[in-house]
Amino acid sequence: MTDDILLSMTGIAKSFSGVAALKEASLTVARGEVLALIGQNGAGKSTLIKVLTGALMRDRGIVRFEGAPVAFRTPHEAQAGGIATIYQEINLVPLRSVAENIFLGREPRRWGLIDWRRMHSQAAELLAQFDVHVDVRQPLGQFNTATQQMVAIARALDQQARLVVMDEPTSSLDDREVALLFDVIRSLKARGIGVIFVSHRLDELYAVCDRVTVMRDGMTVADQPMASIGKLELVAAMLGRSLEEVRAFGATGFDEDVPARAAKLLEVSGLRSAPRVASVDLDVHAGEIVGLAGLLGSGRTETARVIFGADRAQAGTIRIGGDEVRFAGVADAIRAGLGFCSEDRKTEGIVPDMSVRDNLTLALMPQLTRHGVIDQARQRAIVDRLIQRLGIRLASPDQKIRELSGGNQQKVLLARWLCLAPKLLILDEPTRGIDVAAKAEIQGLIRELARDGLGVLMISSELEELTEGCHRVSVLRDGRSVAAFDHAQASEHAIMTAMAHGPVEPAVSHAGA
Amino acid sequence: MPELEIVTSRPRARWTLPRWQTLGGTALSLGLLLLFNLVATPHFVSLQTLYVNLTQVTTIVIVAVGMTMVIATGGIDLSVGSLMAISGALAPLIFARGLLGVGPAPLADALAFLVPVLVAMLFGAFNGWLVARFRIQPIVATLVLFIAGRGIAQVMTNGNLQAFHNDAFHVLGLGRVLGVPVQVWLMAAIVGVATWVVGRTLYGRQLLAVGGNEAAARLAGLPVGRIKILVYAVSGLLSGIAGLIVIAINSSSDANLVGLGMELDAIAAVAVGGTALTGGRASIVGTLLGALIIQLLRYTLLSHGIPDAAALVVKAAVILAAVYVQQVRRAP
Repeated sequence: MTDDILLSMTGIAKSFSGVAALKEASLTVARGEVLALIGQNGAGKSTLIKVLTGALMRDRGIVRFEGAPVAFRTPHEAQAGGIATIYQEINLVPLRSVAENIFLGREPRRWGLIDWRRMHSQAAELLAQFDVHVDVRQPLGQFNTATQQMVAIARALDQQARLVVMDEPTSSLDDREVALLFDVIRSLKARGIGVIFVSHRLDELYAVCDRVTVMRDGMTVADQPMASIGKLELVAAMLGRSLEEVRAFGATGFDEDVPARAAKLLEVSGLRSAPRVASVDLDVHAGEIVGLAGLLGSGRTETARVIFGADRAQAGTIRIGGDEVRFAGVADAIRAGLGFCSEDRKTEGIVPDMSVRDNLTLALMPQLTRHGVIDQARQRAIVDRLIQRLGIRLASPDQKIRELSGGNQQKVLLARWLCLAPKLLILDEPTRGIDVAAKAEIQGLIRELARDGLGVLMISSELEELTEGCHRVSVLRDGRSVAAFDHAQASEHAIMTAMAHGPVEPAVSHAGA
Repeated sequence: MPELEIVTSRPRARWTLPRWQTLGGTALSLGLLLLFNLVATPHFVSLQTLYVNLTQVTTIVIVAVGMTMVIATGGIDLSVGSLMAISGALAPLIFARGLLGVGPAPLADALAFLVPVLVAMLFGAFNGWLVARFRIQPIVATLVLFIAGRGIAQVMTNGNLQAFHNDAFHVLGLGRVLGVPVQVWLMAAIVGVATWVVGRTLYGRQLLAVGGNEAAARLAGLPVGRIKILVYAVSGLLSGIAGLIVIAINSSSDANLVGLGMELDAIAAVAVGGTALTGGRASIVGTLLGALIIQLLRYTLLSHGIPDAAALVVKAAVILAAVYVQQVRRAP
């Protein structure tokens, strides 16, 4: 472009023990420009960013920052050079105060001691620029992810960053927080700071980015102004497929009828579990996918945990197949035919060092034993069948699960429940952080399972998943069921309104009430 | 987040050594140590040397097997030495003093074997109960019996050395079957059973799952509390057996000395054997090799005239090296 170019990376190559992660990657960012960097898992985005920020050394290629060639050897050097990186998992110190985190290592001093008063006022000032007003003396860990990100950004700005790299910053934010983050990005832009924005959510890219760079197989395959490229084209570029193929992939179209009112599998009424769940009513029929919508903190996950017996209910009733149940623990729920995939694969799903085989059969294992000894032949047969059925891509079932991609890990976790032949599956954000292709596969799989009679309660923050992938959508707000929609009524607008403001007119009765 | 993981884990997959190779590292060290002794230590190749070393290592191996399983759940057991002392103090009280009302007779001998081991197991279960029920950190929970356990043993014996002669214990301490010391057979059996339990049984898999990711294990319906209580009970049981072996070898029981410092020897054997102290992995055979390395190292130093005190420093250096190697291997 012009001499406004802030950063240019050209011909970047990087191999790991002979396997090329980057072959011919390039990228440019102008001052005051927000660049979207997208690609499937394994396309090389993260490697490219690591090369930029000095976490990895490149094998080949040129990086120019503010006109001069640079080669940062450590993230610290990159930071000192004006490139700040905001990770989704924020690398700050949760137990220290907000102000300390902002000035960590650069505390204002007075007579050799930390000048606390100045530090606190400066920190508050910095944050106020982003409309964040918090007590900067409180430990950072007390605040939500969004605030923590703002603190990380404030820290970056105070260090005179000219380029801010955001690696999936929105994946754990709710819509309000995302809007706030976007405001901050716009203000960065206005100050002439360049931003690289990595995200899996296409809508967000259009909301805030100027230009998009698409990567595939370690190469830059497209670089265009955001306005000149459509969503489908983006997906096509990422997948390396033609537009027709993408359309056939089922990006839209959920025209299945709600199944003829089959048996009620799950019926929840007046469920309460302080502090997050106040009064929840829900029901799921056999063969039905019911979406559970709500902002972060609205009590969706907590509701799911109570239904699954992982937490206790203080009031309300849960009926499974018509009979009231009181689960003493998860094991009871599993015995009753329930399964639950947590939203956090890493901390509550996979056992990273165990093989795929053991991970997949973790819940089934007690049934695979004879006098306490695992029947390995049967285990192998079941695992092989599910790997094939779900299209899990791996080198061997004996591979450690942590070596798999996010999408394949999620499939293994789904399989962990499917091999128990459950009646009702509760899925908490089943497609979060998964690349587009795997996401479509998992969504397709969920539908297929429902068609075979499985009841699904699906928590999701993605409106598209709710409006197009669910037979009904139930909305929570502050721990209460505030609305329920049939597939036809479930427009993005209606759901958002309910999430934000509570019941909408005309008032829709609670499902199952 | 997942993105980051995939990109880094691909190359990492190539760097990670397969399990047999990890074990191979430990085995290689042991081999080198043996080779050195073959060349440099006079009279090394004799059954005498072999049995001295094996006899001395048995108790460490037996305790370390339990420790490996505890560590695999992400815990640690500091009380093993004290539980050895309790079991060691209890046995002579039963067969010599007729504590349970039976005099010297086969029944008394049988009880003298069974009761101490069961008592140690119950104390172990108590450890597990503290850890599972009250979620006390294992290092703190087992510190309770680490301190109190030896006190209990001393109270039982009034702090006196109990010398005894008992035929059954004589067999355990000094008897041989097919030329091999009885306690070595016992050790081999325990190692074999533990390897099988960890590798093939439901309990073994669940143990590793709890250590690898407790939250995930809970959500998959595993009885996490029961699994933990059992593993500490097993550790207690094995400590009890080790306590009996020690007093059998010495034909006396000293509550002040039985099992002293055993917890650290056992943890060292586990660490050198390649089981990560963070949990989720258990290599029983690795632990066996780790204990052998530590024992052989001490023997080598002693037979070359280096005093025991200096040997301790070398032992520490070896542990440090072993843990360092693990850290390097695990780094992203």
